[in-house]
Parts: sequence; C-alpha cells; structure tokens
Amino acid sequence: MKDRKIRIRLIQVSIFAVIFVAWFIATETESVSNLFLPKLGDVARDFWDLIGSGDAWSPLSVTLFELAVAFFNAVVFGTSIGYLVSRSKFMMRTFEPMFSSMFAVPLIIFYPLALLFFGLGPGSKIAIGSALGFFPVVLNTINGFGHVDAGYMRVARAMGAEGFPLFRRVLLPAALPIILTGYRIGFILCFLSIVGGETIGSFSGLGHQIVYYAESMLTSMMFAYIIFIVIIAYILNSLVFYMERKGNYY
Amino acid sequence: MAIDGENRAAKAPADVASGAAAIIQVPTESWFRTPAATRVGVILLIVLFWEFGARIYNDPDFMAPATQSLVSLFEIVQDVEVLTAIYDMFWQLAVAFAMSLVAGLMLGMAVGISRPTYRTFFPIILMVYAFPQITVLPLLVLMFGIGPAIKVVFGFTHGFFPIIVNVIAGAQNINPALLTAAKSMGASRSQIYRRIVFPHLVPSLFTGMRLGMTATLLGIILAELYATRKGIGYFTSFYAESFEPHNLFALVTMIATAAIILNELLRRAETRFGRWRG
Repeated sequence: MKDRKIRIRLIQVSIFAVIFVAWFIATETESVSNLFLPKLGDVARDFWDLIGSGDAWSPLSVTLFELAVAFFNAVVFGTSIGYLVSRSKFMMRTFEPMFSSMFAVPLIIFYPLALLFFGLGPGSKIAIGSALGFFPVVLNTINGFGHVDAGYMRVARAMGAEGFPLFRRVLLPAALPIILTGYRIGFILCFLSIVGGETIGSFSGLGHQIVYYAESMLTSMMFAYIIFIVIIAYILNSLVFYMERKGNYY
Repeated sequence: MAIDGENRAAKAPADVASGAAAIIQVPTESWFRTPAATRVGVILLIVLFWEFGARIYNDPDFMAPATQSLVSLFEIVQDVEVLTAIYDMFWQLAVAFAMSLVAGLMLGMAVGISRPTYRTFFPIILMVYAFPQITVLPLLVLMFGIGPAIKVVFGFTHGFFPIIVNVIAGAQNINPALLTAAKSMGASRSQIYRRIVFPHLVPSLFTGMRLGMTATLLGIILAELYATRKGIGYFTSFYAESFEPHNLFALVTMIATAAIILNELLRRAETRFGRWRG
C-alpha cells in the first residue's frame, strides 16, 4: 500500500521533471525562440526582482481591492436574494432555472458594456466580478435554504421553534455547507473575471502587468508575473478552502 | 382503529368540499400562476425597465432602449462583416468543442478506468484546471497570432477540463463488480468499453459537455475580446468604443440568447440520456 503511494508520487514528480528538463533544453539550445519561452534562469531572476523590488505590490493591491469589493457585492446580493427566493416553492421553481441558465452565459461578453459605463478603472472590474460571483452564490443559497429536510423543520416547529431561533438552530446549520461551497466558487470566479478584465482592458492590476510585459516582448518578466499570479491564486484558493472547512466545522 | 375510522368519516365531507373547491379554483390556478409564466413576466419586466430606464436616462452615447436595440439587430446582421463574425464564431465553437470532447473523452476514459492511473493523473489534471488560464492568453497570442487559431486553441483549453473531469468522475463511479463479471465471462477489452464503460459514462459525459460548451464559448469570447480583428468580441469592443450602444446591446443580447439556448439543449439531452439508470 505504502509502496504504491510512493510510486504514484514518483510518477507525478517525474512528469513535472520531464516538462522542466524539456523546457530547459529547448531554451538553452535555442531551438525555441526565447521570445515565446524564456530561459528558466531568466524567469527565476525576474521573479526574484519582482519580489525583491516590491514592484508587484501596487498591482496586487489594486487587484485585491477589486476582488474584495466584488466578492462583498456578490455575497450580499447573492445571499439575500437567494434566501428570499428559497422561502417559497413557487419562487424557487420560477427563479432557479432562470438564474442557472443565466449562469451559462459567458458574462464576460458584457465586459465592453462595463467598460462603457464604468471606464477603465477598478469600477468595470468590480462590476464584472460582482456579476460573475453572484450566480454561484445565489444558486447555492437557494439550494441550501430551499432543500432543508422537511422532517427537521416539522420537528423543530412541533417543539415550538419559530422565527429567529428556528433560522439560527435549524435552517442555517443545514444550509451552511452548500452556501459556503457557493461562496468558494463565487470567490474563484470573481478572481478569474477580475484578472480577465484587467487583461482585456485596464491600466492597472496584475492582469494588466502581464499584457504590458507581453506587448513589450519581455517574456521572462511576463512569466515571472504569471508565476506570481498562480501563487496568489493558490494562496487565495487554500484560504477559502480553509474558511469553508472551518465554517462547516462550526 | 376507532380514531382512524372517525378521521375518515370526518374527512370524507371535507374531501368533497375541497374537491368542489378545486374545481371552482381551476380558473384562479390558471396559466399565469405557473412558474414558467411568472418567469416570462419577470423577463418582460426587465425588458420594460431597460426600455424606459434608457429613455429616461436619455444619453444615446451610453444607453439604448430595448426597441431601438431590436431594430439595430436587424441592421447589424445585414452587415457582411458582422455576419461573417457570427458565422466564424459558431464554427470555431464547433471545432474547439469537438476537439475538447474527443480529447476529454479519450483521455478521461484512459485515466478513469483504473485506480492507479486515476490516483496518479487526476490530482495533476485538477491542479491544471485550477490554473487561471487567462494569464497565459498574451503568451498564446504570441504563439498563435490573432487569427482563428488562437480562438480555437483557447476555446479548447477551456472546454477540455470540465469534460475530462466529469468523464473521469463518471468512470470512477462504475461498479467494479460489473467489470470483474464481464472480464470473467470473457468479454474483450473493446466489448467492456462499448457495453459497460461507455453507457455508464453517458450521464456524467453530458454534464461535462454542457459545462464544457459554456467554457468553450467563454474561451473563444475571451480570446476575441483580447486580440482579434474580426470576431464578435472585436465588434462588441468596437461598438462600445465608438459609442453605438444600440448595436452593442443587440449583439450582446444575441450572443447571450444563443448561449442560453445551447445550454438548454444540452441540459435537455442530459436529463434525457441520464434517465436510463432510473
């Protein structure tokens, strides 16, 4: 059993090793233009520069600010609308299919519209991030509050729970795991759409940095930023995963 | 027993009464109280809000009322360039989606069919899936240019992952006893795939296809918005930048409607083909 585990890890590690060795050989022998694929050493140097010089902090703070506002909007509107819809079967049957088919629309198509209304600044990213984050939150809130086991509700009512205690002790604990999953997915979509918005049209933020270095043909710096974003994304993902687990435990 | 009998006795007239009430109530429980009708009402309300909101706001550079956008829709589809862009987008969507489907299904079955391959490759696939792909778009543009290739490639990389993840999940859910039984009865490899693996995959495959279709469209639109000179994304940006909101609204509404219809078709297929297992 333990043997097999080690073998699996070994294969996984060797896959990445092969990729990096191939990258190294291809760039050192110049069989791939450095414009497309920079040398590993250059990327490492630029990444170190990026962290050391603190150049990355200002675009990072812009992106995180947009993310915070957009996610706040998505949670507030998504949760409250979701809760109201979940209060009646009729509302659920009316609105749930509507929200889920709207969720299938690649909302980024509205980004030029957001640019038109809110300009190239953070406003347009906040708008598109809020819109994209809203749908998983509202859908999961409807699902969470709407499908609480009727037996629980009946027992609680029979024991005289009404109003807020009923909500606090029965509805909320039953719905929370599903809602938190919605928050997590919404958060990730917020982040993706904000970075996407910054890539398509803006003058600040992490996505903009990538475009800037790509267009100035400084690919090794661009790779450094890609790695930076991936690390940030990884940290944020782990953070929301942790929060979700913590919330469920409560 | 006695209580039960009493209950039934007490209930009988009530049933008659409620039955009569139900018959009388039929008109009030009529078509406009169904969820579907309410949905149409809500959509109409939004369109009305759009129409009058735009008229009251009255800034033709930024807002266009619904009726005017509808008129523009018929105007822009007469523009050969826009028509070509719409046509191109749909065939790029078809190509990218077919590529994601074939690759996702093949690789997904290969990875999902056995426990060791699953445990080796699935974490890696999930890791790559979580990667924010938009960050490499500028790099892909350097490699593939700003023609149709970049759209197909970016559509493929977006559509591939939902499909493969769902196929793997579906393959993992196949009861191992079925595979063992088939093997012990001397089924060949291709028979096992055709008769057991594939039918069991169908429900989750359709879920993957639906999510993959949305993602493919997203990838293509992202690529078009970032860098192309002919696509739908280009025209949406163009209309926004040249302050022609009526054209912009027309085009965006059309794409959104197309996305909803595609999703709805695949959702129908999903419920239809997922039914055989009961």
